[in-house]
Amino acid sequence: MSRIKATLANLKNTNRKAIIPYIVAGDPEPGATVDLMHALVDAGADIIELGVPFSDPMAEGPVIQLAHERALAHHVSLTHVLQMVSLFRETDQQTPVVLMGYANPIEAMSYVAFAQQAANAGVDGVLTVDMPPEEIGELGSLLIEQDIDSILLISPTTSPDRIEKICAKASGYIYYVSLKGVTGAGHLNVTEVAAQVDLIRQCTSLPICVGFGIKDAASAKSVAGIADGVVVGSVLVSNIAAAAEQQLPGDLNVKVLGEVVAKLVKDISVGANSVE
Amino acid sequence: MNSKADSRIISPPVDYGAVPDARGRFGPYGGRFVAETLISALDDLQALYLKLKDDPSFQQAFDKDLAHYVGRPSPVYHAERWSKQLGGAQIYLKREDLNHTGAHKINNTVGQALLAKFMGKPRVIAETGAGQHGVATATIAARFGMECQVFMGEEDVQRQSLNVYRMKLLGAEVIPVKSGSRTLKDAMNEALRDWVTNVDNTFYIIGTVAGPAPYPQLVRDFQSVIGREARQQMIDRTGRLPDALVACVGGGSNAIGLFHPMLEDSTVAMYGVEAGGFGLETGKHAAPLSDGRPGVLHGNRTYLMEDEGGQIIETHSISAGLDYPGVGPEHSWLKDLGRVNYVAVNDDEAMDAFRTLTQIEGIMPALETSHALAYAAKLATTMDKDQSIMVNLSGRGDKDILTVAELDGITL
Ligand SMILES: Cc1ncc(COP(=O)(O)O)c(C=O)c1O
Repeated sequence: MSRIKATLANLKNTNRKAIIPYIVAGDPEPGATVDLMHALVDAGADIIELGVPFSDPMAEGPVIQLAHERALAHHVSLTHVLQMVSLFRETDQQTPVVLMGYANPIEAMSYVAFAQQAANAGVDGVLTVDMPPEEIGELGSLLIEQDIDSILLISPTTSPDRIEKICAKASGYIYYVSLKGVTGAGHLNVTEVAAQVDLIRQCTSLPICVGFGIKDAASAKSVAGIADGVVVGSVLVSNIAAAAEQQLPGDLNVKVLGEVVAKLVKDISVGANSVE
Repeated sequence: MNSKADSRIISPPVDYGAVPDARGRFGPYGGRFVAETLISALDDLQALYLKLKDDPSFQQAFDKDLAHYVGRPSPVYHAERWSKQLGGAQIYLKREDLNHTGAHKINNTVGQALLAKFMGKPRVIAETGAGQHGVATATIAARFGMECQVFMGEEDVQRQSLNVYRMKLLGAEVIPVKSGSRTLKDAMNEALRDWVTNVDNTFYIIGTVAGPAPYPQLVRDFQSVIGREARQQMIDRTGRLPDALVACVGGGSNAIGLFHPMLEDSTVAMYGVEAGGFGLETGKHAAPLSDGRPGVLHGNRTYLMEDEGGQIIETHSISAGLDYPGVGPEHSWLKDLGRVNYVAVNDDEAMDAFRTLTQIEGIMPALETSHALAYAAKLATTMDKDQSIMVNLSGRGDKDILTVAELDGITL
C-alpha cells in the first residue's frame, strides 16, 4: 500500500483530518528545507506538500510567488528538490511527500527521468498545477508505473461531467481548490465548497483534501467539517519569510523558523480536529 | 517503426487547414496547460467560437468593423526607391501601420471583443508589452462600453510611457506588474491570475497567437485577414503571388496572419524574423525558435527560452513587443515542418532598417516591424529584380520615438 493511501486510511480509522502543510523547497534558503519538513512532521503534519520553484508560477498569489523567487535566487532546481526529499527520507520513512509545481521543469528533465528519480528519492505524489487531466496522460502513466500518485485538482468551476472524468484518473487524494482565485486569496465560501465536495463524493471513494484560503484554526475547522484534510500554504510561507527577515542575513536560525511553522500547524490541527 | 527516418516513404502533404486538432494541438505543440479553474471558461469560449466562426451574422459584424472602424483593407505599397537602392527583389509593404491605433493588433481585439459581447462579459483584461495590444484593447473596450484593465510589466510601463497614457485616456486602467522580470511574460502571468479570480464576469483578450487553446486558433483566424487581402492584392497588382513573405515574430500574430492563407502556395517562401537582441551568440535575445527548445509556458507547449532546469530566462530586445521568451505553438510546428524559415535580426540591424525606411520611403515603422524590414533588405539582395518580397508592416513607429531619441542621446 502507498504511503499516501496508508496515511489517509489510518486517519480515517481514527477519525482525524489530514493536516497538509505546503512550503516551497529552497525558501528562504536551500539548507532550511529538510529541517522545516521535520519540524512540520513533529508539529502534526500528516502529508507534506513541497513546492517546486518555477520562474512563472501562474496559480500563485503574491506570498507564494515571492517564495518561488527567493528559492530561485539560490538556483534551486527540480534536481535539488529531489535531493532534499532523499535527505528527508534518511530519517523519515513514514510521512508522504507530494511535489507541487508546474510542467516545465518536469518537461526539461523529461517525464521518464523525472518519474524514475522521484521514485528513487521517495516522492509519493505529484501535483502539476498546469497539467489538467487532458494533458497529464503520459506523465500520469509513468508516475503510476513507479507507484507515485498523480494528484489532480478539482475547482469550483469543474462541471459534474468533468468531476467524473477527473475522479476516474486521480489517485492518492482529490485536491479540491476551494475558491476561484490564486493561492492566498481570502474569499472562502464554505457552503459552496460543501456542495461541490458532495458531488465529488458521489464519483469517488478517494479522500478529498481542500486547499486555497485556509489560514487559521477557524477556517480549518469550517472546511474540516466537509473534507478529509486541509492544505495550508500561504500563511506558513508568509510567516517563514517574516521570521527569516528578522534574522541576520547569512546566519539563518532554522530552529526559530521551525518553531514558527510548528505553532501554526498545531493551531490548524486543533481547529481541523475540533469538529464534532 | 519510424516512418520519418525512411526516405522511401513519401509523407502525405500537410493539411495546414486541419490544425489545431480538437485538443488544440499543432503536432506536438499547443494544448491547454492551465489550472483546472480555467478549463470551463476555455471550453465555453471554444464552443462559442466554433459555432460563431461559420455563422454569417458574426462574420458580417466582424467584417463591418474591420472595414469601417479599423479601415480595412489596408493598402499594399511598393517601396520602389528602397527596392532600387537595394538592387534586388521588389519589396512590397502590407500597411497594417495604417490601421486604426497603428498596428495589426486591432484586427484581433475587434474579433475577441465581439466574442466577449456574445458571451455577455462586462469586463475585459489584456496583457501588453509594447502597449500596442493594450491600446487596441482599451480602444475596443471604450467603443463597447466594457470595463478594461491592462497588465503591463513595470519595465515596459517606463519604456512605453506614451502608450500607457493613451490607454488611460481611453478609460482603461493600466496595472504595472512587479513580479518576475517585470516584462511581457510576467504581465501574462498576472492576467491569467486575474482571470482565474474573475472568470465569471471577465473575458481575457490575449494579444498574440499563444496561450491555451482555443486562443492560438482564434487569434490566427482573426489576423488571417492580413494574408487573405495581401494574396489577392499581389495577384491584382503583379499578376502573381509574391516569392517571399517576411514578418517579425514576437508571439507571432502578425506573422501567422500573413503566412497562414498562403501556406498551401508552395512557391511562396516564408521568413519569420525573431529578435536577435545583442546577438544570438550572446544569449541576450528573444529568439526561442532560433535558439530555444520546446517546453510549456502560458498554457501551451512551444519553443521557449529556458535554462537547463526548465526555468524561463530573461529575454532582451530593443523592442518591447518582441521581448517574450515563448512563441505561438503553430510557429513551432511550422518550424519543425520546415515550411517557414525562422531567422533572427539584432537590435542594431533593426535600428538601421528603422532609419532607412523612414528616410527613403517616409514611412516610420515600429521597432518590432523594423526587424522584418532588416531581414527583407538582406534577402532582397540575394534575389532578382523581377522577384518580389512582401513584408508585413505590422505597426507604425510613433510609440518608439522616445526610445529612438534616447539612443540618439536626446531628451524630448
Ligand atoms: C507593431 C508590432 N508588431 C509586432 C508585434 C509582435 O507581436 P506578434 O508577433 O504577435 O505580431 C507587436 C507587439 O506588440 C507590435 O506592436
